[in-house]
Amino acid sequence: MDFTLSKEHEMARSLFKEFAEKEVKPLAQEVDETEAFPRETVEKMAKLGFLGIPVPKEYGGQGCDPLTYAMCVEELSKVCGTTGVIVSAHTSLCCDPIMTYGTEEQKQKYLIPLAKGEKLGAFGLTEPGAGTDAQGQQTKAVLDGDEWVLNGSKCFITNGKEADVYVIFAITGTVEKRGRLTKEISAFIVEKGTPGFTFGTKEKKMGIRGSSTYELIFTDCRIPKENLLGQQGKGFGIAMHTLDGGRIGIASQALGLAEGALETTIAYVKERKQFGRAIGAFQNTQFQLADMATKVQAAQLLVYKAAMAKATQKVYSVEAAMAKLYAAEVAMEVTTKAVQLHGGYGYIREYDVERMMRDAKITEIYEGTSEVQRMVISGSLLK
Amino acid sequence: MKIVVCIKQVPDTKGGVKFNPDGTLDRGAMLTIMNPDDKAGLEAALRLKDQYGAEVTVVTMGLPKAEEVLREAMAMGADKGILVTDRVLGGADTWATSTTVAGAIRNLEYDLIITGRQAIDGDTAQVGPQISEHLDIPVISYAQDIKVEGDSVIVERQYEDRYHVVKAKMPCLITALSELNEPRYMTPGGIFDAYKKELTVWGRADLKDVDDANLGLKGSPTKIAKASDKVRKGAGEKVTLDPDESVSYIVDKLKVKHVI
Repeated sequence: MDFTLSKEHEMARSLFKEFAEKEVKPLAQEVDETEAFPRETVEKMAKLGFLGIPVPKEYGGQGCDPLTYAMCVEELSKVCGTTGVIVSAHTSLCCDPIMTYGTEEQKQKYLIPLAKGEKLGAFGLTEPGAGTDAQGQQTKAVLDGDEWVLNGSKCFITNGKEADVYVIFAITGTVEKRGRLTKEISAFIVEKGTPGFTFGTKEKKMGIRGSSTYELIFTDCRIPKENLLGQQGKGFGIAMHTLDGGRIGIASQALGLAEGALETTIAYVKERKQFGRAIGAFQNTQFQLADMATKVQAAQLLVYKAAMAKATQKVYSVEAAMAKLYAAEVAMEVTTKAVQLHGGYGYIREYDVERMMRDAKITEIYEGTSEVQRMVISGSLLK
Repeated sequence: MKIVVCIKQVPDTKGGVKFNPDGTLDRGAMLTIMNPDDKAGLEAALRLKDQYGAEVTVVTMGLPKAEEVLREAMAMGADKGILVTDRVLGGADTWATSTTVAGAIRNLEYDLIITGRQAIDGDTAQVGPQISEHLDIPVISYAQDIKVEGDSVIVERQYEDRYHVVKAKMPCLITALSELNEPRYMTPGGIFDAYKKELTVWGRADLKDVDDANLGLKGSPTKIAKASDKVRKGAGEKVTLDPDESVSYIVDKLKVKHVI
């Protein structure tokens, strides 16, 4: 077993790091403060292929592996959690299901512009009454001639109003399973601007404040019949499989936030003086940093393992769940300790760790809460 | 059009500088980057490629580790990479380096050679012009803008307070300033492609029309008496005074130091 990255991966990391430091970090505080979607950064990333890293070249992507993509989200999130999740939601939740389940026509029409970054993607599964209980969907799609008619709403949608292409889940009927009637869920591709597709309120969030989080509303929204993604009735499986990949993205975001907070804190404790010494000279600080660094390293190993599993295994739900569960909890713990080590300054918005701690919290919640990850992991142990 | 770009792997100034006992740099022990002026030269070549169509070949001389800058250049868009590496070439000064690089370039077809103005480790600005002398072609140094017109290049050559517009017939050599442009980033896919491409590695035996007496440490007329890292300044002294007191304070200090 070799834990060293290949030269290609090392160079890719240096690229993401340089981009993050030069183009993303200088805007991170402003993006958070003003809740402004970093459109210019997204355009810069599009030009460099950051919005199609794991998509094959024939579909406009970079043809890289999931590990390269994970490292991109990680490095972006080290300096800005908002930018990290924009890339993650676009790539894992929109490009990936179209790549996996889309027809050739759908790939030509939607995946190519998404991978080139000409269009931005989003994913709509969650509803006001259907979070962890994804089966509790209310949004319906009815086939009427050559069109599906969508009615219902989705909430907390990342890249909400900024996206152009949406993968949306809706009930298309009921099926009998083990003597019980259950909802049949299907996936659809919906374009922005389709009549009947509107946006609700913009959510005001604790963290990742520059990411555009909206409610999506469908009122007699008619989409072409051919925009069904995958087979009718297979939507729940598509959603779950898509979220397995998404969890690697969010785990990478969490990892990046933890690493960013650790690096910032290491620099701070060398500068900050109390009782005539840098606070890094105190054993409490040293031990805290040692624990933080060890956990960050463990999280990185789990995240990279999950990314490698996505490249080589058909099923990687458990690896993805473990990576997300651990990285998210490490992100929360490490950013909280980072704030503590900054003392009063850590509570001030001028200091990056304050934002990082707020950004970290969501990684324990979205794309499957930590509790859901524990369900997935324990389910695999006890089956 | 065929463009050869000469690049150098140099110590990253953010990392520490380490020396060999003979005063030369211990390149194997330092963090490294592509020399900034060379990167601007590469970007200029890639822009000419985008605009007019060209084949861009990057050449570097150095340790086997210098392969990294060739891969980086290819990940930015260069077509081919040539690494000139051989123990007998080590410890070269500007004369031996330019002799070596010219010996490598003699194997290639080219319309234009672009080098950086100078490397941040040696700061001599001699290698580019020396290569042009070895190859007997015109040189335009300190380029801040490059255009191609027919079989000629039109270059803005920078001075402290002005610039000259100079035209030269190709083949010729241009030395580029880092202010020339903002080099492009690599792309993720470009990085993986760059590592799939074959790299040409040449040693002493592959150099054309060069004399051993002009190569490596032995062929270097420059003798380094002493080399040292920048001396780190102390924290200094901070005082808070009103403007009048400040003037007197500074004047007194300057008198003590015999500056005034």
